Amino acid sequence: MASGNEEQKIESGSNVVPQTKPKKDWILLSLRVVTFFATVSATIVMSLNKQTKNFVVATIGTTPITVPLTAKFQHTPAFVYFVVANGIVSVHNLVMIAMDILGHKFHNRGLQLALIAVLDTMALALASSGDGAATAMAELGRNGNSHAKWNKICDNFEAYCNRGGGALIASFIGLILLLIVTVMSINKLLKLNRN
Amino acid sequence: MAKTSRICHLLLRFLAFSATLSAVIVMVSSHERATFFNVSFEAKYTTSPALKYFVIANSVVTVYGFLVLFLPAESLLWRLVVAMDMVLTMLLISSLSAALAIAQVAKQGNNSAAWLPICGSVPKFCNHITGALIASFIGVIIYMILLLHSIHSVLDPLLLKKT
Repeated sequence: MASGNEEQKIESGSNVVPQTKPKKDWILLSLRVVTFFATVSATIVMSLNKQTKNFVVATIGTTPITVPLTAKFQHTPAFVYFVVANGIVSVHNLVMIAMDILGHKFHNRGLQLALIAVLDTMALALASSGDGAATAMAELGRNGNSHAKWNKICDNFEAYCNRGGGALIASFIGLILLLIVTVMSINKLLKLNRN
Repeated sequence: MAKTSRICHLLLRFLAFSATLSAVIVMVSSHERATFFNVSFEAKYTTSPALKYFVIANSVVTVYGFLVLFLPAESLLWRLVVAMDMVLTMLLISSLSAALAIAQVAKQGNNSAAWLPICGSVPKFCNHITGALIASFIGVIIYMILLLHSIHSVLDPLLLKKT
């Protein structure tokens, strides 16, 4: 009858197929992968940071006495904390990537949102604190502090400082990407929940 | 129920504002003069860039906290508040850890870099810095709680409205 014809007209005119599975979000996944690589490289570069150099301490007659001095990342507690924090954040990123790939069967979307949002925020806090501490110590090593009579060490251990600086840059990139990824994933999960 | 939640929220924000404000005041007012082998030096927060960053970050968060206290409950700006909360919490955490790293070197020195601890010569300055760090740490904890609460309350009612 008339209402049946109308229903048929509406159904044949609509082109939208109701989506049973949400589309895979490649942007978020690739950003998470890049963040993972950034934090992993920061961890590895800083943990392998070591430089040994010979210093002339005194001269007896004509022979100089050289003492080998080593700069290791373990000497500074802030760098140890930096390595540990970036390690934890990279493990967190790995778990989030696994959840992204394998987690579409997870039916409790509210719990998933809460878990991802809370864990991402905690990882953000951890990464930013590790970066802050390591930057402060790196700045102290490069410029010293004349008021406290702390001499700079970067003019003697150039390669150590450069490698540490590279690890810091990688970690900052990871931090900014982690912030973007956190906001995007909370947004995406809210849209999924709304539908 | 909503009113008690709002009062609780405002109380937490006021506590965070006062914590960061006291951190700024305590850090800025810390200075001590010490004589060290006939050379007198004054320990102030301006001698270290990390402590300056700590003061700047905490004052930015204090001003932000003061402005948010006056935001009306149903304004559309609360989503901006969530985003700013996240960014400013990150800033606060990184400034706290930078100041903590410097304070740890000042207290225990670094044997490998031949950096002597200075807390023995200026104990009052070190205690002042410790107090400022504790106040900022309380502010950080409250801001983390507020961040999780903002994510829940600002974005969650939108979930309930659109079912």
